[in-house]
Amino acid sequence: MAYAGSTSTNRSSDHNAGILRLLAYLAAALLLMVVDHRGAWLKEARRQASAVVAPLYWVASAPVRVLDGARGQFASHQQLALENAQLREALLLGNARMHRLEAVARENERLRELLGGTRGYRLDVQLTGVIDIDLDPFRHRVVLDQGRRSGVVAGQALIDAGGLAGQVSEVRPNHAVALLVTDPDHAVPVQVVRSGLRLLAYGTGERDRLSLRNIPLSGDVRPGDELVTSGIGGGFPAGFPVGRIVELRPDATRLFLEADARPATRVERSGELLLVGMHAAAAADAAGVGPESPGAVDPGAVPEPDPEPGTDEGAGTEDAP
Amino acid sequence: MSRNRSSHGLFWGSLLLAVLAGLAPFPEAVAVLKPWFLGLVMVYWLLEAPERAGLGLAFALGVAADLIFGTLFGEQALRLVMLAFIVQRFRPRLRFFPLWQQAFAVGALLLNDRVIAAAVRLLVGDGLPPATFWLSPLVGMLLWPWLFLLLDQLRLKGREREG
Repeated sequence: MAYAGSTSTNRSSDHNAGILRLLAYLAAALLLMVVDHRGAWLKEARRQASAVVAPLYWVASAPVRVLDGARGQFASHQQLALENAQLREALLLGNARMHRLEAVARENERLRELLGGTRGYRLDVQLTGVIDIDLDPFRHRVVLDQGRRSGVVAGQALIDAGGLAGQVSEVRPNHAVALLVTDPDHAVPVQVVRSGLRLLAYGTGERDRLSLRNIPLSGDVRPGDELVTSGIGGGFPAGFPVGRIVELRPDATRLFLEADARPATRVERSGELLLVGMHAAAAADAAGVGPESPGAVDPGAVPEPDPEPGTDEGAGTEDAP
Repeated sequence: MSRNRSSHGLFWGSLLLAVLAGLAPFPEAVAVLKPWFLGLVMVYWLLEAPERAGLGLAFALGVAADLIFGTLFGEQALRLVMLAFIVQRFRPRLRFFPLWQQAFAVGALLLNDRVIAAAVRLLVGDGLPPATFWLSPLVGMLLWPWLFLLLDQLRLKGREREG
């Protein structure tokens, strides 16, 4: 064995060879990192490897799936009934809001057509599951169970019940990796609902904090202000809630303000998300999808008695907490 | 020959399990404490089977792990190679440490690894990681004696069965 070398010369030459090999491997690793960071052609290798990687993901997430299944089997009846009632309530509220929104969307469509229809973007949503694996607790990324074969493209926005959750960063044949809004690499153009001020919201690496920098001192922002996507740059569709300002303070230079916001999304590592695609109106028409498509899947909407007053009240109570 | 095969099974099986354990989700609250399983298992094999686990294997495993975890290509390879080199240098001493002392040494190794990881992140432009980033080596250190005993037990059992 290597450590049993008897003469000291033998040992030191072993030692030197070891260091040389170390240096060679370190150089190779560094080279790989630089190539991966700068160039794009290692992406192809990643894509090829996804056939091997996907089953590993499946196996790694299996224990959680089994536990979830067991919970469904053994959760008490009362608990399930309670959950059911809550979900039913949420569904009613959601339906009520959606009816109102649909009317607004139709009106908007009509007005846009009147304007010439050049900005006629339509939303196209697709439900996707999140595979419950943990790539790295310090980077906020999730793995989605749909990939290029289901039409996912890099850059697509992801939303959940709360608001904007993130965007797709990497697409492989059968799954995709998405960056959450709280990832330090993530930035999204936002707009303050109250004043219309446009800002950028950066992820911080903390689950409950977004950071907004370089806000002009004269900017009209206050704690409690709602932020929505502004749609500038075309990456994200406009109007999805992003978060709410919680704190405002002068930055290090004292020339600008910086703010902390609490993200609107409730995303965890598991569950489901909606992929939002933006297509020019023509393409969406061809595909037969549009803002109506989520509305089309709610046969339970019929028992809604009187949408108008109930809606306002319901919306109020849900916003309160 | 057949003894070789059974120990091969344990060798590769433990490394594969380490990767899977790395992927498996921990509850949200303790996710940041997750130890670097692949590094821990690698240290064990570097100590106990140096004829099989060396710098080359560390590098290859690291690249594979980078593919699987989607980290920057070469990041885990670099970390594993550094780890392997240090363990190889101090192997004679580490092997004859009592278990608790070994655990401290492994903790120091993992801390060193965290420093490398943080440096890589800094260079790539991700900024300094949060304070909880430094807790994982501690967990790795506490886990080490149990992992060591478990793998040792399995290895001896395999040997007995064959011999």
